[in-house]
Amino acid sequence: MAAPEKTCGKCGTVNPRGADYCYLCQAPFGAGTPGPGVQAFAGETGGSGNAAPVFKAAPMLLFPDAQRHNVRMSALLFALLVGVFFLLGTVIGGAYGDVGNGIALSAVLCVILGGAAYFNGSSIVLSLHDAAKADPERHRQLLNVVEEMRIAAGVPMPKVYVMPSAGMNAFAAGRRPEEASVAVTQGLLDGLNREELQGVIAHELAHVKSRDTLYNVCAAVLVGSIALLADMFLRGTFFAHRGRSFGGRRGGGRANAAYIVLGILLALLAPLAAKILQMSISRQREYHADAAAAGFTRNPLGLASALSKIAAGGAQVPGENRGTQHLFIVNPLKEFGPGASALMSTHPPTELRIQRLKAMAGFGGV
Amino acid sequence: MAYIPLALIVIVVAWFVAAYNKLVRMRNQVKNAWHQIDVQLKRRYDLIPNLVEVVKDYMSFEQETLTKVIEARGAAIAAKGTAAQAKAENVLTESLKSLFAVVENYPDLKANQNVAALQEELTGTENKISFARQFFNDSVMAYNNTIQAIPSNLVASLFNFTTETYFEAPESDRAVPKADLR
Ligand SMILES: [Zn+2]
Repeated sequence: MAAPEKTCGKCGTVNPRGADYCYLCQAPFGAGTPGPGVQAFAGETGGSGNAAPVFKAAPMLLFPDAQRHNVRMSALLFALLVGVFFLLGTVIGGAYGDVGNGIALSAVLCVILGGAAYFNGSSIVLSLHDAAKADPERHRQLLNVVEEMRIAAGVPMPKVYVMPSAGMNAFAAGRRPEEASVAVTQGLLDGLNREELQGVIAHELAHVKSRDTLYNVCAAVLVGSIALLADMFLRGTFFAHRGRSFGGRRGGGRANAAYIVLGILLALLAPLAAKILQMSISRQREYHADAAAAGFTRNPLGLASALSKIAAGGAQVPGENRGTQHLFIVNPLKEFGPGASALMSTHPPTELRIQRLKAMAGFGGV
Repeated sequence: MAYIPLALIVIVVAWFVAAYNKLVRMRNQVKNAWHQIDVQLKRRYDLIPNLVEVVKDYMSFEQETLTKVIEARGAAIAAKGTAAQAKAENVLTESLKSLFAVVENYPDLKANQNVAALQEELTGTENKISFARQFFNDSVMAYNNTIQAIPSNLVASLFNFTTETYFEAPESDRAVPKADLR
């Protein structure tokens, strides 16, 4: 750390070094500095590239807006997901001659799968990666950093786990902030300094605070259920073509051909559409958690530097699978080049995330 | 048609209750955030004697630095009133920084497991204090905004919710460079 952090004389908020206005009350620090310009993602620095970061954005002030926007976005996408689910149920029911049964089947499935995931979502992920509780002696710094960040975020102290993997990654789980867990890999602890670790933990606690962890579980369940329903339908239909007729059920051969065609089409497309929706929710939430982390630490550069270290060092975590990839701070399955902004990725390209964080600290497009 | 006025009354009452409850929640959060700062300050008082105990055998030359830390701790505990306490706490922070700066010059001391652990604890506590202040100020800002904004200010003035003041840091705190304890 080269320059001191700045504490605002008016309100006492500790601002990042190089800030020229207080984040919280926007009082200028030096005489003669122009009034605050709150710009979400400042484009230019105005000055040489190596100049000290000038804090242009005020993430803490933008944070509630970002939160509202993200929550609204997610609710919308979530509603769409449910809509697709029931549309599928209706068509499947129609194909078998009974719309009501189809809807009932999809509702029952949704409740069963949802219940199962709701009651043991986080413990499954934790045990999947051999996560062990952080040791108060050996992981003193980690525990301290988690507590610092949970104070900054204003959430209860989560349970802290360490995964033995050498890859660099972290995730948060738990339905409510009161019962949240945060897990980091040993590789992350070895590779990051205190400031960078703060950024990563702040990102995870942002997920906890905004209940992304709950949304993640629900979205995963819905996507899983849609895939299952579609699968069942396709098999049933194909069986029928091999000679077992629909007429065997409920006594009447009233399976509607139009419904069957529509059903096959939907069964093929719905899982894909659901997946795309889920991924786009996930990508939105990553940006939001990054911005919130900058607000908690008052230091966007810590997380930015952590992300570039993770991208360079490898985020792979053994035992990882497609079902839980969206939980991690950087996707553990994919390499993220600039072209990774595909529809099906759970995370925005790390490059872009770093760029946005640097913009928050007043650096231009890098 | 007769139900419309009734429905309106129900909506207004429901809004009043919701706004009141929100204000209560926010006021409690401000109180809780203030308490958090206190908890961390006390924790720092408790850690300092341990540190002094471990360090003093190594640092016979630097008695002055140690004495300053102990005095600053005593002054901070004794300080009465928010402004005086804030000032005393800052003196304590500065004296700890100079102590850690001195520790850097003693390789034996730096390598000592206990010292390293205590240094991490104190760095953590120092950070917790400043994040607790930050969260307190954020909570105060959110609470004050709600009290002053239309229409929740109606409820606030009706039930005597008053604005809270921010945590003030003394001028001196801004001028002193922060030692790198990481
Ligand atoms: Zn994330």
